[in-house]
Amino acid sequence: MIPAQFDYVAPATVEEALSALAEAGDEAKVLAGGQSLLPVLRMRLNAPSMVIDLSKIESLRGVRDEGDELAIGAMTTYQTLLDDASVREHLLLLTKATETIADPQIRHRGTVGGALAHADPAGDLGAAALALDASFVVTGSSGSRTVPASEFFSGLFETAIGEDELLTEIRFPKHTGWGAHYEKFVRVSHQWSIVAVAATVKADGGTIQEARIGLTNMGDRPLRATGVEQALVGQPATEDAVRAAAETAAEGTNPPSDLNGDADYRRSIVPVLTRRAVLAAAGA
Amino acid sequence: MTATADAPATARPEIGASRRRKEDQRLLTGRTRWTDNIQLPGMLHVAMVRSPFAHARITNIDTSAAKSAPNVVSVFTGAEVAEEQGTLITAWPVTPEQNTPNHPPIAVDRVAFAGEVVAVVVARSAAEARDAAELVEVDYDELPAVLDLKEAAKDEVLAHPDLGTNKSAFWQLDSAGQGSGGAVDEAIAEARSNGIVIEREYRQQRLVPAFMEPRSVVCDPTGEQITLWTSSQVPHIVRFALAATTGVPESKIRVIAPDVGGGFGGKLQTTPEEWITFLAGRRLGRPVKYTETRSESLMAGHHGRDQWQKLTLAATKEGRVTGLKVDLLADLGSYAAIVGGGVPVLGAWMFNAIYKFDSYQFNVTNLYTNKTWVDAYRGAGRPEATYAIERLMDELAAELGKDPLEVREMNWIKHEEFPFTTVAGMTYDSGNYEAATARAKEMFGYDELKAEQQRRRESNDGIQLGIGVSTFTEMCGLAPSRILGQLNYAAGGWEHADIRMLATGKVEVITGVSPHGQGHETAWSQIVADRLGVPFEDVEVLHGDTQISHRGLDTYGSRSLVVGGEAVVRAADKVIEKARTVAAHMLESSEDDLEFANGRFGVRGTEQGVTIQEVAMASFHAHDLPEGAEPSIDASATFDPDNF
Amino acid sequence: MTRISVNVDGSSYTDEVEPRMLLVHYLRERLGKVGTVVGCDTSNCGACTVHLDGRSVKSCNVLAVQADGHEVKTIEGLADGDELHPVQKAFRECHALQCGYCTPGMIMQAVDLLQEKPDPSEEEIRHGLEGNLCRCTGYHNIVRAVQMAAGQEVTDVPTFEGSAS
Ligand SMILES: Cc1cc2nc3c(=O)[nH]c(=O)nc-3n(C[C@H](O)[C@H](O)[C@H](O)COP(=O)(O)OP(=O)(O)OC[C@H]3O[C@@H](n4cnc5c(N)ncnc54)[C@H](O)[C@@H]3O)c2cc1C
Ligand code: FES
Ligand code: FES
Repeated sequence: MIPAQFDYVAPATVEEALSALAEAGDEAKVLAGGQSLLPVLRMRLNAPSMVIDLSKIESLRGVRDEGDELAIGAMTTYQTLLDDASVREHLLLLTKATETIADPQIRHRGTVGGALAHADPAGDLGAAALALDASFVVTGSSGSRTVPASEFFSGLFETAIGEDELLTEIRFPKHTGWGAHYEKFVRVSHQWSIVAVAATVKADGGTIQEARIGLTNMGDRPLRATGVEQALVGQPATEDAVRAAAETAAEGTNPPSDLNGDADYRRSIVPVLTRRAVLAAAGA
Repeated sequence: MTATADAPATARPEIGASRRRKEDQRLLTGRTRWTDNIQLPGMLHVAMVRSPFAHARITNIDTSAAKSAPNVVSVFTGAEVAEEQGTLITAWPVTPEQNTPNHPPIAVDRVAFAGEVVAVVVARSAAEARDAAELVEVDYDELPAVLDLKEAAKDEVLAHPDLGTNKSAFWQLDSAGQGSGGAVDEAIAEARSNGIVIEREYRQQRLVPAFMEPRSVVCDPTGEQITLWTSSQVPHIVRFALAATTGVPESKIRVIAPDVGGGFGGKLQTTPEEWITFLAGRRLGRPVKYTETRSESLMAGHHGRDQWQKLTLAATKEGRVTGLKVDLLADLGSYAAIVGGGVPVLGAWMFNAIYKFDSYQFNVTNLYTNKTWVDAYRGAGRPEATYAIERLMDELAAELGKDPLEVREMNWIKHEEFPFTTVAGMTYDSGNYEAATARAKEMFGYDELKAEQQRRRESNDGIQLGIGVSTFTEMCGLAPSRILGQLNYAAGGWEHADIRMLATGKVEVITGVSPHGQGHETAWSQIVADRLGVPFEDVEVLHGDTQISHRGLDTYGSRSLVVGGEAVVRAADKVIEKARTVAAHMLESSEDDLEFANGRFGVRGTEQGVTIQEVAMASFHAHDLPEGAEPSIDASATFDPDNF
Repeated sequence: MTRISVNVDGSSYTDEVEPRMLLVHYLRERLGKVGTVVGCDTSNCGACTVHLDGRSVKSCNVLAVQADGHEVKTIEGLADGDELHPVQKAFRECHALQCGYCTPGMIMQAVDLLQEKPDPSEEEIRHGLEGNLCRCTGYHNIVRAVQMAAGQEVTDVPTFEGSAS
């Protein structure tokens, strides 16, 4: 329950944080909300010699409206996101997915950037970010680069963020007027997703025009069900049509087997969850 | 419970009244007394090094790096303290032949489950102790581990090679043998040719008691005495066992269970961690504390259940049960815990539940595996039995195409048949299952739900309705002592209470049971308020400290109220009797002319009287007591029930 | 060692702490605020819940250094002198505790919940408390207590006669 010793800095700017990171090298760990990192340190699954706390960097907090996009600072907490009317208006899927994460105490501390940088395949924001075509602003000493969601997640707990880089912002194209639903399958409340489906749908008079679907915990990283997305285009938002389109949701996935269910089990429920998510997102 | 004299009538009885709990004020405001809250001058902290292997030989332990880590005061291994560490005891060897592995608190040369302590670090802070524990290097030679109960029964891989078998004990109850019924094999044979036989195998899964407060121990060796605070259900048993196994006189050990955050059976153990903390305190002559992490708790605190239940039920074609045969395999885990072996045995009297069977046989084989030890958990052996027999009753009903309640009713003891001696040999004093079931059916709307179920079946409704029923009876308050002795249980089943009548009219009740969430402070106050006719607020209940409550057998097995509560009642009655003599003297009347009601001794037919609180004052100043009366109306009682 | 200043239950404290020290250990071991307790290693149980700048957090999942310059409220700062907070009172009235180990965290979270949703539905209460485990009560009376504290009518809990101090 007590982490190993480490040194601690709480820089006030991204530049200071980057130079602290450069100095400490791979012995350092960045601390955002701490809701994943601190349990890891307490269980001594990891023992960095330096912890760099980003919480004093004001520029990393908050949601900015930039016309076609909303830019969300990496240190924006889940709670801030939930309280933000513009996120609800333009990125309903993000709100819906965030509502299902952990519990209020953890949502008060946990951050969007921390969750995405952590890249837990059972984490709930990855699938939503993928479905919403987010792009990730990654900053290093030589400046910032933007990584599309499709390239950001590179494996189990792995992302495109380099060792000497920070995730500073996540940019989401607005999906104003799109319906959304996050269908999270858990056995008990307050559990990580066994499987979850993030769906956002643009529908017109009962017909699906466009759909975006992300899958949680169906592989070593969040996945996108592009086959289902295509099959849904032009379909009526009816039980039968959506069921047919959702049938292929497990294609191309490689889900884990664990105490909550084996891979086959996950493959068999993902079409069902997809149907539910799409129908709910389409308001049907 | 045994009948006692009628309680004096009070204006408004406390028993049955809903009271705000006395214990809540401190719990609601955080002014609590959890063991881990304790900080003492110079207190050191213990961290355990635990085995990651289920079964391994320890080939070497290098503690040198840990010893030289900052602020480390002591590091020791099992081998280094082999002489003084004693051994953990089991209080219930279920047969005289039971195989019992030696159980040193710190493993010496072999570990038998993952989580077993192999070395101990004591440092100035908990953080430094944990840091140094990481520096202890242990070399293991992994041994084959037996993890599956049925595998264990084969005796191919041994949990303890030196025992030569995984079998701890075989225990049987046979109705033909003990004369409480017929021969079960005959009943089964008869049913095979001319009735119904249901054979099933059920799994009782292993589980973790998971009290909310992790276990914590503080040892303070001051002067001649050693005080041990422990988050325990059983402070008296811990004291007795420490004395019995460490050679420290019982009179030098004081065990205190302060506020305890739940137990569920999980804290009725005498634990390696208590022994180790006691040892560390004694060796170093300084206060030490050990508080487990949740991970340690899950690994090393005892688990519950874990049985395979093989069952054969014989019945007539009409559904009257003629015999039940039970064959259990029970996993004790790696060691025989304090009552671990006895837990499955407790089911022996409960498989027949509320029913009348002609014949019955109960067999249990207790086995060791290389898993966490197993002991009492909520109901301990009895819910396992209920689960099995109630499922069998449903299976029988299904076989007969009858209503599950009808089949139960056909078999249960009718109210006019009480007292009734069951096929297991236990006497049930009273019961009315007909009336209770009728009431439950009415509250539940059973007939309406049955009709709805039928409708849904017929219309092939997308949502179907399932209705489950179960009966339940339990023997609670493990006792009497005489029978426990016959069962080889090392302790008795009595309970003790003292009542101290303070000069100012306040009452202190000392109970030998040890609450951990049950609310005894409130309930015992109600009992005493009624009995002595004093205000509820004037009663203070003391418990959980062997120096205050010197006699007690603690809290487990649903015994606190039925045994401990009765001891309180009896102590109160003794107080009244002692007070009566003094009151008669004060009122210049004869004892026979006094009536005691609502806390007052009144002289029959007059207005004259004196309250018991006034008598307490009179006994305190003792200026004018009757000839031969001692200047105290305090009293004690020890109660031993005469039936389960 | 890092120097921190934290306001806890209305008093300011300045201390040197190791950066690795958890807020819950700081409260318990340095300040003697032992009302806040630890129940798990994984931040699942909620027993350690306190308020940090007015919002509930699990104090086992916050470093003491992260509380530097901030305000903490614990169960020990909730009552107004002898006057219990309405949530504390409701817990007592509804028999929402048995062993009481989960109670400080449960109450702190319930207070946070009612700040955000002064008139919550039963479902909102259950969701709002999903990060707090209770082993004893089965939650029923805890939910009722939160309803009572919200001023809602509560029918299926015992009504108490007289008072116990
Ligand atoms: C009991 C419990 C239940 C939970 N349930 C869920 C759940 O249901 N669904 C879910 O999605 N999550 C869940 N979580 C995890 C929670 O959402 C975490 O908050 C989140 O995963 C990490 O966010 P954080 O801000 O706390 O990051 P931290 O814990 O501070 O950091 C996480 C990792 O990301 C790195 N990192 C953080 N920020 C950056 C950055 N800007 N640049 C580069 N690297 C960075 C850190 O170094 C660290 O390795 C749960 C956590 C707990 C304790
Ligand atoms: S101790 Fe903090 S959540 Fe369990
Ligand atoms: S009251 Fe015991 S854990 Fe909640």
